[in-house]
Amino acid sequence: MGDKVRITCVSCPMGCDLEVEVLDKEIKKIEGNRCPRGIEYAKAEYFNPTRILPTTAKVKGGVLPLVPVKTAKPIPKGLLEKAMVEIAQVELEAPIKLGDIVIKNILDTGIDVVATRDLAKK
Amino acid sequence: MNKQSYQLVIVGGGPAGLAAAQEAYDQGVRDILIIERDFELGGILQQCIHNGFGLHFFGEELTGPEYAQRFMEMVAEREVEIKLNTMVLEVSSDKKVYAVNSKEGMLEIKAEAIVLAMGCRERTREAIGIPGSRPAGVFSAGTAQRYINMEGYMPGRKVVILGSGDIGLIMARRMHLEGAEVEAVLELLPFSGGLTRNIVQCLDDFDIPLRLSQTVTKIHGKERVEGVTVSKVDKNLKPIPESEYHIECDTLLLSVGLIPENELSMEAGIELSSVTGGPIVNECRETSIEGIFACGNVLHVHDLVDYVTEESKLAGKAAALYLQGGIKKAKKEVSIVAGDNIGYIVPHKVTEKIEGRKRVELYMRGKRPMKNARIVVMDGDEELFSKKERYVKPAEMISIPLPEKMIEQLASNRVEVKIEEGGAE
Repeated sequence: MGDKVRITCVSCPMGCDLEVEVLDKEIKKIEGNRCPRGIEYAKAEYFNPTRILPTTAKVKGGVLPLVPVKTAKPIPKGLLEKAMVEIAQVELEAPIKLGDIVIKNILDTGIDVVATRDLAKK
Repeated sequence: MNKQSYQLVIVGGGPAGLAAAQEAYDQGVRDILIIERDFELGGILQQCIHNGFGLHFFGEELTGPEYAQRFMEMVAEREVEIKLNTMVLEVSSDKKVYAVNSKEGMLEIKAEAIVLAMGCRERTREAIGIPGSRPAGVFSAGTAQRYINMEGYMPGRKVVILGSGDIGLIMARRMHLEGAEVEAVLELLPFSGGLTRNIVQCLDDFDIPLRLSQTVTKIHGKERVEGVTVSKVDKNLKPIPESEYHIECDTLLLSVGLIPENELSMEAGIELSSVTGGPIVNECRETSIEGIFACGNVLHVHDLVDYVTEESKLAGKAAALYLQGGIKKAKKEVSIVAGDNIGYIVPHKVTEKIEGRKRVELYMRGKRPMKNARIVVMDGDEELFSKKERYVKPAEMISIPLPEKMIEQLASNRVEVKIEEGGAE
């Protein structure tokens, strides 16, 4: 018998409760899914769960003191809190354009943090 | 008073107002004014910095500000006039809009047609009547969202969130990532009002507990919140006194529901629905006053902005047709009725005859979560057709198309929609 891990599939709004049985870092069995997407989701979510991180960065001289930013692609879930700390160090200067790179290759993930709106100068 | 006139005046520059303006322009209306009270367009989307918007409408996943900016650019490309920092004080039944700003002073704007797109507001502590003292530190979730995401203030460090709708869930994650301790998300009902995806990615990801069938029954603290009393509730949602426990916290976020913002509509004498809190409209989203339309969250609170866009384009198009004389009354008026297990349906009636129209889309909400449901559309007492849904959740809107041919051939003048549980098995 391996370890059992519970994962809720969010591929669609059904939200199936999946039970994943793992032995020696190998998935032995996935139960509870009502469609094949559940299997793929469980694998991705077990081996390498990733999330897009939307947050804000400080701005000098803008119409607002913050600009919303996000990781351009999902990053490993375990890095979310570290990424928040790194983004908190940044201070940008207005004006900013949607899509401007705020941090290149955050935490060596190969993924950039980008601005998600235009922000004019005050 | 400074008098002006426009063909079409749109009250509100959020996603609803912007989509209505864009569509009305594309249908040939050139004299359009958008009035917005904030310093910029985009509405509440500007503070919704999380992703998940636009999957239906753009086929890609955007953040709120990204979604807003697309529509701001579309409107900027067209000759739509915009008044920012301008507050509408009154809309009259003869379609005059009274507004004020610091550059032009008081304005009387005559309109041939009006689109109401003022959005919604949050229910407050007063709306749910939580007893206790009145310290600082009680915020509505949306206010806290604006502080954190746009204005750079942190509302507190140790937080309890009441209400597990999507805003409550998203603010739990947001406050956690910004370094606050989120003690719990409490939900009065036995099920969450939020999307499963948000429960997983906002709560489970960060081990934030969701406690169902519980509510805040007292707020403690004099200057600042020092804690809350929480009680479990019974089947009738009444607190069970012996179940009380205390949570220490400095902040309470309330995410306890949204209400369409209809102060202006009410003053204009527009007929409102007691269920949605928004105007009663026909399929063109025209209110009880001819030439005044309503769309977006001022009409009913939507789950996805994509549906707001869809509906607002419909209202914008109808406003254009109205201005161009392209709307004719149908031979008979059909009322659309919410039957068993349905909270409400929009539109409330079908009254117009519009050339080239293929169908009228009906939007509704289920009253409670159900699996393997059958949604049944009745023509009077006869079943017209039905549709299977694997799941029904009050948090998620259901839409059903009523084909034009069916509308023409209706035997009665009453279409009722109901949900039967287990009907799909």
